[in-house]
Amino acid sequence: MNAIAYVHEQLTKKKEFPAFKPGDNITVNYKIIEGNKERIQSFKGDVIKTQGSGFTASFTVRKISDGVGVERVFPYASPNIDSVVLNKTGQVRRAKLFYQRKRSGKSARIREKRVNTTTEAAQ
Amino acid sequence: MKGIIGKKIGMTSVFDASGKQTACTIIEAGPCVVTQIKTKDSDGYNALALSFGDKKEKHSTKSEINHFAKSQSAPKKFTKEFRDFSIEKNIGETVTVDIFAEGENVEVVGTTKGKGFQGVVKRHGFSGVGDATHGQHDRQRAPGSLGNSSDASRVMKGMRMAGRMGNDRVKMKGLKVVKIFADKNYILVSGSVPGHNGSIVLIQK
Repeated sequence: MNAIAYVHEQLTKKKEFPAFKPGDNITVNYKIIEGNKERIQSFKGDVIKTQGSGFTASFTVRKISDGVGVERVFPYASPNIDSVVLNKTGQVRRAKLFYQRKRSGKSARIREKRVNTTTEAAQ
Repeated sequence: MKGIIGKKIGMTSVFDASGKQTACTIIEAGPCVVTQIKTKDSDGYNALALSFGDKKEKHSTKSEINHFAKSQSAPKKFTKEFRDFSIEKNIGETVTVDIFAEGENVEVVGTTKGKGFQGVVKRHGFSGVGDATHGQHDRQRAPGSLGNSSDASRVMKGMRMAGRMGNDRVKMKGLKVVKIFADKNYILVSGSVPGHNGSIVLIQK
């Protein structure tokens, strides 16, 4: 086994996330330590980028908070991520949605990807 | 001083208990064999010679084979001396990553990547000319004046100019030991370490 994989097998805990990709709307429940108290803060927004590979990969979530765009980068392997909830699957044509930064209001919406579950079930 | 010879494996990042991400370098260090002990009486200084990395016998000379036979070891690829070794060792004993503790500050010595013949902007951090227009010719990365005119009539010694860059011995100080995997001989130090992956580095304190 190569050394980097070995080190992460020892140090990094395996996490199970729902499979999400750029364009999806997700909620990241993130642990915050204040003094000696720990609480969970949720950050809900669109995934605009996933970056890197292996154990150092990360993803960026963008939301509009009080009319101001806020972006937050989360490493996939961060021990402070409590859970990730997939709210909506988006229909997008790019892997990096940086064009979202110039948009606001209606044009910043991402079309939802609709999957026909009834025909899939029939097959 | 205490130290060990290792091979740079590569970089990654790990999280500490509070969730803070630290960039670190994985080094496969040791086990090194003590192949010679130098003393003040016989050699003029105290040092321990450590050897690392196996070498095939067909690639070794007879003098090497006999030198390493004194420490009951096969011929090794790399031998380095560490002055005034703080841990008592006899010939033939091994030095492993266990000599370091997690959280300890160490120095890592290595040879930087060779950059070839480089100009003054990359090699010495000159700022270049700055303007590409306003009558400037094609000299955006030129060094400019080398010094005075008639009073001196020569270029001062040590004037920084273009030349070979990299491939230098560099010591990185104040790196922290993040984690030790004694069974695999891996040691994780914070930050970066000189040289390319697979190059030989010395970890010392």
